[in-house]
Amino acid sequence: MSDQNAADAAGRADVALETGARVAPDDQQPNRWNDALRQIVGGSVVISILAVVLALIVGAILIAVTDPGVQKAAGYFFARPGDTFQAIWNVVSGAYTSLFQGAIYNFGRPTFAAGIRPFMDTLTYATPLIVAGLGVGLGFRTGIFNIGGQGQMLIAAAFCGWIGWSFQLPPVLHLIVAIAAGFVGGAFWAAIAGVLKARTGAHEVIVTIMLNWIALYLISYLLRTPGALQAHGSNNPKSPAILPNAVLPPLFGPQYQLHWGFVIAIAATVVVWWLLERSSLGFKFRAVGENPNAARVAGISVNAAIVWSMVIGGGLVGLAAVDQVLGTTSGGFGSSIDAGIGFDAITVALLGRSRPLGIFIAGVLFGAFKAGGFLMQAANGIPIDIVLVVQSLIVLFIAAPPLVRAIFRLPTPGRRPPQKKAPATPASQAPKEVAAK
Amino acid sequence: MKLELRGITKRFGSLTANDHISLTVEPGEIHCILGENGAGKSTLMNVLYGLLQADEGEILLDDVVQHFDGPGDAMKAGIGMVHQHFMLIPVFTVAENVMLGNESTGFAGFLNHKDARTRVQEISSRFGFDVDPDALIENLPVGVQQRVEIIKALSRDAKVLVFDEPTAVLTPQETDELMAIMRQLRDAGTAIVFITHKLREVREVADRITVVRLGKVVGEASPTASNAELASLMVGRAVELKVQKEAAKPGAAALQVRGLTVVDHLGQLVVNDVDFEVRAGEILAIAGVQGNGQTELTEALLGLQEHVEGEIVLDGKKISGEGVRKVLEAGVGFVPEDRNEDGLVGGFSIAENLMLDRSDSAPFVKGGGLQLGYRARFAAEKVREFDVRAQGIDTPVGTLSGGNQQKVVLARELSRDLRLLVAAQPTRGLDVGSIEFVHKRIVEARDSGIPVIVVSTELDEVDALADRIAVMYRGGIVGIVPAGTDRETLGIMMAGEHPDAPHEPPPAPRDLDDASDDAGSRGEAA
Repeated sequence: MSDQNAADAAGRADVALETGARVAPDDQQPNRWNDALRQIVGGSVVISILAVVLALIVGAILIAVTDPGVQKAAGYFFARPGDTFQAIWNVVSGAYTSLFQGAIYNFGRPTFAAGIRPFMDTLTYATPLIVAGLGVGLGFRTGIFNIGGQGQMLIAAAFCGWIGWSFQLPPVLHLIVAIAAGFVGGAFWAAIAGVLKARTGAHEVIVTIMLNWIALYLISYLLRTPGALQAHGSNNPKSPAILPNAVLPPLFGPQYQLHWGFVIAIAATVVVWWLLERSSLGFKFRAVGENPNAARVAGISVNAAIVWSMVIGGGLVGLAAVDQVLGTTSGGFGSSIDAGIGFDAITVALLGRSRPLGIFIAGVLFGAFKAGGFLMQAANGIPIDIVLVVQSLIVLFIAAPPLVRAIFRLPTPGRRPPQKKAPATPASQAPKEVAAK
Repeated sequence: MKLELRGITKRFGSLTANDHISLTVEPGEIHCILGENGAGKSTLMNVLYGLLQADEGEILLDDVVQHFDGPGDAMKAGIGMVHQHFMLIPVFTVAENVMLGNESTGFAGFLNHKDARTRVQEISSRFGFDVDPDALIENLPVGVQQRVEIIKALSRDAKVLVFDEPTAVLTPQETDELMAIMRQLRDAGTAIVFITHKLREVREVADRITVVRLGKVVGEASPTASNAELASLMVGRAVELKVQKEAAKPGAAALQVRGLTVVDHLGQLVVNDVDFEVRAGEILAIAGVQGNGQTELTEALLGLQEHVEGEIVLDGKKISGEGVRKVLEAGVGFVPEDRNEDGLVGGFSIAENLMLDRSDSAPFVKGGGLQLGYRARFAAEKVREFDVRAQGIDTPVGTLSGGNQQKVVLARELSRDLRLLVAAQPTRGLDVGSIEFVHKRIVEARDSGIPVIVVSTELDEVDALADRIAVMYRGGIVGIVPAGTDRETLGIMMAGEHPDAPHEPPPAPRDLDDASDDAGSRGEAA
């Protein structure tokens, strides 16, 4: 009899399990609108946006605290508190207005063509961030942490620059060959880390960091060596200028910096989206990234996925170097050509949740920070470090979604009625609690 | 100190993990709690240790009702716990780990290392543990680390010591040493609760045995009970499962395995010279206690094991030594033992999981691109056919119940053109309804002429499905018997003795046995 009861209990438990996704806790009515809202609010896009907002708020506080005007007014806060708030408002609103005007649209200019110029700058800065972010994000989706963007960019710069200044080729062909060379350069440098991970299990974080240094000193050496990458008749560690045929032409005429690299970035975004969401290869990448064991059992070669993901990702990072070498600084480059883009790309990929469209938007946002940061510094005397702090805070807040949720009192996604996971929870909780003691 | 649990009940939602469990542990006694995975043993111990609060029932120590809000209370009351996964800090020394959480401080809050060291030395010499208090944990072998855990519990004057599956990570030698330690502690008057699902260990050290199944105490046994009795108590199911199936119409031998030997990545011999064949249209069940090489055997069939000797021939074609890809293409369907780890990608949708093992070629992929339209139609059809209960084909499988997840795995594997189906523990952790469904599908696969291998540690399942039964013990096959062989015989075989010669010692020399058993249990722990 008791056995029968046990079976009944198990049966009942199962009914609840089967429909677990929709059944609310016992005392509540199931409400799918409520559920949908939870999913949207608890979803990662919202977290990304809130992380940016939160970072800007903390940035505002830092601007206010470090401003001499505010400090002076705070000295007689209890006599005239209004002054302090006035000063805070002035400096913060001034700073963020500059940020906007430097990044999006400058209302001080007479014509639209001149007013929109900051936005064109933003897109120019965004271009390499987007392609490099796509490369790093592709790695994330495959479960690889590629922080070798710097090294991959340097090698790619050498490859595409060398093609760019060494050969005389017909106009369009030269550009295509140079771009391809940049892709190959980045792919090659990333492939080293990929193969080492696949073959020997070497951790990609360590290997890519080390490859960054190797690339940096290798390129620095070559830039100092006549006959290698150094420009003829120059004593500076700087490469020759790119031949006109290999320069990425401006997109909307010579008054803007924005070049065709931005079109490449848009195309890359679409291609990476197709690759990840619609192709067999991307399906394998994602399967390996989510659960390599199941992928292996299903006959997917985990090693091949890792290597190919690194190759394509490194190639995309290489395209960021192409933007720099053939677009922004086509007059020749030095060993700081990567301009920190390889590392910013990690933030961009994180902020964009490793989704191509998200990375595109995040890249534009970071481009805006870069473009606006200069004006903020020039017009308001606010150190550009504040912008860096804001960027870093974004990473911090994204890395700590529960923190963001707690601040905004959002529900935790995946928190479900207790039936489903409950039996597993105590066991998995147990070690943590004991460890905490 | 006498420990008594009275009517402990713990529910998670509508699932009752512990249902009025009562037991008494006397001082100077080793009390075994025996039960399958998921029987509620760990929940019970977490209640005892204060990690969980019981919904009903009470805990008594020396007839005084206790109330534990956390492990700290339980420790203060004299309950110590040795966890399966050690709670030690690898970069700390033994003495530091022992005093952790219970630090004695001297002048100005400085830690009193000397005190801790003396304490470790004192306890370790009392029981002959031979543990150096200044050794770093990370440099110690697993068995010694476990002793540190024991010292840690004893240093807090534990009078009741709980061992939660302590042998899962130990070698046979270390296991024997642990047994000796447990006896010694018992003789010193400690009450010991020993949780396990390994019959051999139970019979070796237990003074009393309580068998738990489905959250309930289903019986007590004395250590003189036979393995078969214990096994049937432990794995016996409340509901008799009857699968409607015709007698098998076996055809020619489709799968031949000859001299299969597997050495795992730790260099342990886990499958030892196994021969068997499976005919088309029959189910060969591989029975045995968990960790006797079954997992590695199925992995070897799939090409997932690296060091494999011997020959696996399917339909006249050799598939051993080929990669997983080739084996799957040869028509092998595989239902892995751990579906979350090896069978499904939790973040992927049902539709994506259904194409997981066919991500290379038509019909799911054409010209390198996914055929989403085809996939959606296919998934919708399979969801209907296999009665997967979910909101839609785009629901991530990680949010489904175990039964529905297993249906997704089965739907994927059975939708290919199969020449062989290997199902490892196909109903582990499933509810009764899903078990019946899975069994029905496996029998249908057999009836369509596919040779089927079912690996199961549950005799009920073996009984329900098998046309022939191979029993594995320490990496070898003890014997292959026809379906309907009585449980007692199977139980004896599961303990390694051949039924024809029940009173003879196990077939292989003992040291080899130990090595393979050790490897088996390691594989299980991993």
